[in-house]
Amino acid sequence: MPVAAARPPETEEPAVRRLYRSAEGRWLGGVARGLAGHLGLPVIWVRLVFLGLFMADGLGALLYAVFWIAVPLGVGGRSAEPRPVFETAPDGRRRLRKPDRGQLFALVALLIGAVAFVANTDLGGPANRYVWPVLLTGAGVVLVWRQADNARRAQWTGDGRRRRLLQLARGLAGVALVGTGLTVFVVVRGSAAQLGNVLTAALAVIVGVALLAGPWLVRMTQDLSEERLMRIRAQERAEVAAHVHDSVLHTLTLIQRNAEDAGEVRRLARAQERELRNWLYRPEGTGKDEAEEPATLADAVKRAAAEVEDKHGVPLEVVVVGDCPLDERLTAQLQAAREAMVNAAKYGGQGGPVQVYAEVEGRSVFVSVRDRGPGFDPDAVPEDRMGVRESIVGRMQRNGGTARLRSVPGEGTEVELEMERADG
Amino acid sequence: MTEQTDAADGTERRVRVVLVDDHRMFRAGVQAEIGRTEETGVEVVGEAADVDQAVTVITATRPEVVLLDVHLPGGGGVEVLRRCAGLVAAAEHPVRFLALSVSDAAEDVIGVIRGGARGYVTKTITGADLVDSIFRVQEGDAVFSPRLAGFVLDAFASTDAPPVDEDLDRLTQREREVLRLIARGYAYKEIAKQLFISVKTVESHVSAVLRKLQLSNRHELTRWATARRLV
Repeated sequence: MPVAAARPPETEEPAVRRLYRSAEGRWLGGVARGLAGHLGLPVIWVRLVFLGLFMADGLGALLYAVFWIAVPLGVGGRSAEPRPVFETAPDGRRRLRKPDRGQLFALVALLIGAVAFVANTDLGGPANRYVWPVLLTGAGVVLVWRQADNARRAQWTGDGRRRRLLQLARGLAGVALVGTGLTVFVVVRGSAAQLGNVLTAALAVIVGVALLAGPWLVRMTQDLSEERLMRIRAQERAEVAAHVHDSVLHTLTLIQRNAEDAGEVRRLARAQERELRNWLYRPEGTGKDEAEEPATLADAVKRAAAEVEDKHGVPLEVVVVGDCPLDERLTAQLQAAREAMVNAAKYGGQGGPVQVYAEVEGRSVFVSVRDRGPGFDPDAVPEDRMGVRESIVGRMQRNGGTARLRSVPGEGTEVELEMERADG
Repeated sequence: MTEQTDAADGTERRVRVVLVDDHRMFRAGVQAEIGRTEETGVEVVGEAADVDQAVTVITATRPEVVLLDVHLPGGGGVEVLRRCAGLVAAAEHPVRFLALSVSDAAEDVIGVIRGGARGYVTKTITGADLVDSIFRVQEGDAVFSPRLAGFVLDAFASTDAPPVDEDLDRLTQREREVLRLIARGYAYKEIAKQLFISVKTVESHVSAVLRKLQLSNRHELTRWATARRLV
């Protein structure tokens, strides 16, 4: 609730703090605790002030209730502020004991206050009838409200699953208390005889109100949820629009400018298609900025293929089966694979897309790069051409893997790389 | 690649095709690419833009092959397959479905294959390859793109847990080899040469894989899909 923002902010504090009800170490709604944290006062003072105000015709209770309703639950007042002051107040060293002492003391004080209050109002004679029902009802309301707070808190912390039964019991107890309070109220007032009439009248009023306000309420909730849905949709659309604008429109503009350069157009379209596909079908997270270094084999293979594709304008079709984290050997294998992809794109790209296949099977990783280009005779490669010999075969052997190269003139070239993973 | 090899032996091949895709432009493009009946042997007998239309057109025209887009208004290609299940299973003149989609996301691919499609190709396919695939599907073969083979391998790969039904749920060594070669971009003919088996054997292996994918291994696929949060 934005009402909390209306609290006068403590400007001396370096950070802008909002008033929250404290979820930690509270007795009732955490109002006193939150206030204490906010004002930088010992929590016991705040509590005593509330108690004192309570004596003044129950003003404290009213104030407390208003705070409870208006101020959102948070962790605001909990941290550094109240703790130390709290500890110095009653006695010496103990750290964990102290809140308990304080709590006990305050509880006793509260009890004395309540008794004093009751005794006080006792003088009024007939008013006494109302006191107990009101107290009962009040206790019930407090119980239920706190319950609602707890449910909310459980949402953030995620715990308390096993306490569900206890929560239910507490909620029911609260409802029962309120019910008893109200019943006693009716009975004590001596109108028990007309209970039937009263109930009928009450029912009639409730039904009447429901009939009058019901459709309007339903309409309002529907409008609200619809509005929320629309907002979510609009947000989503805005995000898609932003992405489409960022990449797709720019690419289309580039394509229009380079319309006569078929290779460039194809390259742009491929790159854009891949990016958009990534963005649309990504299983999780739609972040545009991926991490700089891929951490797994599948990502790394795809990344390498994408880079080669962009650079050489030849489509690479990547199929990855299984996945595993990268280690040193796999990185070497990837570098070899990348070299193979570059070769395939350079020399074999005219025969159609280059096929890249990577498979993790148990402890070994297999990568094959295959093109349908003209092929060549591996034995005829001059000694001074280091590409295949050093970057692929040599690199794999140095790192304990194997590389096989098969090339049939006219049918294309395939490079097979096999490597054991360094760790299980 | 080998679009006219069979036509060359004199037997005039004809196949009646229905085109299901919600993009009119794309339908027009495919039509222009494969619809020149004298050259390709493909006769486009109907078009549909959504699920209801598709079911109506397919039932009315009884084509031999349906080119089916995966993402369609009204429930998608899977829904078309579901509502045409009777036609797919028909003993005489069954209607075969070839999924043709721009998406090569695993869940789409596996979804329509399990729904009963006989193959899956992406929209980047060339016209000649598409015609070839249509004829293969018409003859009862399965058409596996490398990517699809990759997905299937992936689905069956992580089966360390004891399989429920060994015969149904596992790919044989041979089937795995065939799939692997498909994933590496080999054509059926090349696979046959590589493994010293006939093309027919390759085809029967692929069909077996398809059957297993459709009928069995619900457990593994479900597990696989849940692990990837696909379902």
